[in-house]
Amino acid sequence: MTVSDTNTSIPYYGGEKESLFFTEGVRAFLLFVGSLIAFLLFWEIGARAEWFASGMPTASETLKELWWWVTNPFFNNGPNDLGIGWNLLISLRRVAIGYFLASIVAVPLGILMGISSVARKGFNPYVQLLKPISPLAWLPLGLYVFRDSEVTGVFIIFISSIWPTLINTAFGVANVDQEYLDVAQTLGASRLRTIFKVIIPAALPNIVSGLRISMGIAWLVIVAAEMLLGTGLGYFIWNEWNNLYIPNILVAIFIIGLVGLILDSIFAAVERFVVFGRNS
Amino acid sequence: MNSATPVDTYSPTAQLSIRNVAKVFWGKKDLFSKLSGKKSKDFVAIENISLDIEPNTFVTIIGPSGCGKSTLLNMIAGLSDITAGEILFNNHPISGPGPDRGMVFQNYALMPWMTVEDNIRFAVETVYPKWSAKQVNRTITEHIQLVGLTGAEKKHPHELSGGMRQRVGIARALAFSPQILLMDEPFGALDALTRGFLQDEIERIWEQQRKTVIMITHSIEEALLLSDRIVMMTRGPAARVDEVLDVPFPRPRNREIIDQHPAYHDLKAEMESHLFRETRAVEEARISG
Ligand SMILES: Nc1ncnc2c1ncn2[C@@H]1O[C@H](COP(=O)(O)OP(=O)(O)OP(=O)(O)O)[C@@H](O)[C@H]1O
Ligand SMILES: [Mg+2]
Repeated sequence: MTVSDTNTSIPYYGGEKESLFFTEGVRAFLLFVGSLIAFLLFWEIGARAEWFASGMPTASETLKELWWWVTNPFFNNGPNDLGIGWNLLISLRRVAIGYFLASIVAVPLGILMGISSVARKGFNPYVQLLKPISPLAWLPLGLYVFRDSEVTGVFIIFISSIWPTLINTAFGVANVDQEYLDVAQTLGASRLRTIFKVIIPAALPNIVSGLRISMGIAWLVIVAAEMLLGTGLGYFIWNEWNNLYIPNILVAIFIIGLVGLILDSIFAAVERFVVFGRNS
Repeated sequence: MNSATPVDTYSPTAQLSIRNVAKVFWGKKDLFSKLSGKKSKDFVAIENISLDIEPNTFVTIIGPSGCGKSTLLNMIAGLSDITAGEILFNNHPISGPGPDRGMVFQNYALMPWMTVEDNIRFAVETVYPKWSAKQVNRTITEHIQLVGLTGAEKKHPHELSGGMRQRVGIARALAFSPQILLMDEPFGALDALTRGFLQDEIERIWEQQRKTVIMITHSIEEALLLSDRIVMMTRGPAARVDEVLDVPFPRPRNREIIDQHPAYHDLKAEMESHLFRETRAVEEARISG
């Protein structure tokens, strides 16, 4: 076998030639940094020129303030002067308790509703009726029943973060691939073994994505609820509004977004872990 | 030879005896379906099927698409109710699924969250809950070896090719030692070359174990290579067994020289003309509405 050795016909398999600066990732990063700088500049100039509401803080002021809060997160001079770290921990603690309680109700109930069509049809009216209610509508009721802002906060998180997990779990369980069930059946697996070894693992991607949506909602709701409670990030914002100190509000907004992002990424990682090549 | 089992003379030695079996899928006729326009008629998928399957035979079922082969196999597996007639397995009527029958699925039906090893382990531990871990592990290793998957024990199904996945499916079905192996188009989703490899594997494993197998296929060559008897079904609705062919080729069989057997081409021609006739009738029925 002879291969003619002409340089012109040697194929190039390296794909499109890419210089260091033009891979997709680098370009996206440049776009991000560029737009961020443009935004901060626009903000800085706009605030100085009073294009926005008068008294709007400049970008540099806000960043300085952010730096100060981030480097001094834990101080405690009474409830109206609490480090942002403490407030964050208070919010996270409420979310954790309410969300945990919601999950340990929603997952088993969702599994039951997925397995038994009687349970599904019987409980569905409650779910459909309660799901669309704004979480804040529960606030007065919670305060009246529990007479305690802490418990009420947890209750609000519970009642608003239960639905996505419940609905997704029931959906995932009800839609387990019939073939997996056939396998379990032909092996003569007991009902319990089928549920724990087949149905729950098969529905796990749905359950986790339900938990992820619930966590997102819990984090949205806690900030709103805390404005009417006593402590936490939401109250921090409310307090700074009463002080009319806008930079701190912006700092808190940024931190709320950042924490939400981190929480969501954790669940995204768990989702990837349980997928095993399915629905992709 | 070349005739359906007469309805009233059942073989006394049969391991599996299908007697006058019919399957009707009941239509929706309740008030709600009528109002919503979703009313549908009853559908007689198969009617009056009788078939005796002797122990240690390899039986293939072949027939036009949609005639009810899967329906029949699912009834044997116990996954689907029998509308009329009965299926006797070791002289006892089948009343549901059970591990005396192992099933290999067309789309493998492996649990994606379990490794190769764990898929087989799940089957073995379900069927033999009292076995020691050592015994379970030995069975798993043996069957992974049997299907040639050594080295892939810790992989998940999505990391395997289709052919390898079906090897796991076969290992899983054999690992709990069913008396009979049911396979619904086990190689239907595979490319021709992989299909050939797996057919050879099945032939090799069958020579070792001589377990009763009922396999559905669309491939005439596959049926001729593997089976002792070929059941040819007519088109649906109300599909029946048209003819049962005995395949006389000596074993072990080899795909390279099997067509040198004097009966090969006659059998093949007979199956081709049957399938062609039935499939053409199906197409004509479809066109004329
Ligand atoms: N659950 C069901 N309800 C109503 N009709 C059904 C149902 N399952 C199957 N059928 C019908 O019964 C007939 C036989 O189906 P079956 O799947 O057994 O055919 P098959 O021979 O396995 O076909 P293929 O070769 O395409 O796999 C088909 O006409 C199908 O539409
Ligand atoms: Mg089929």
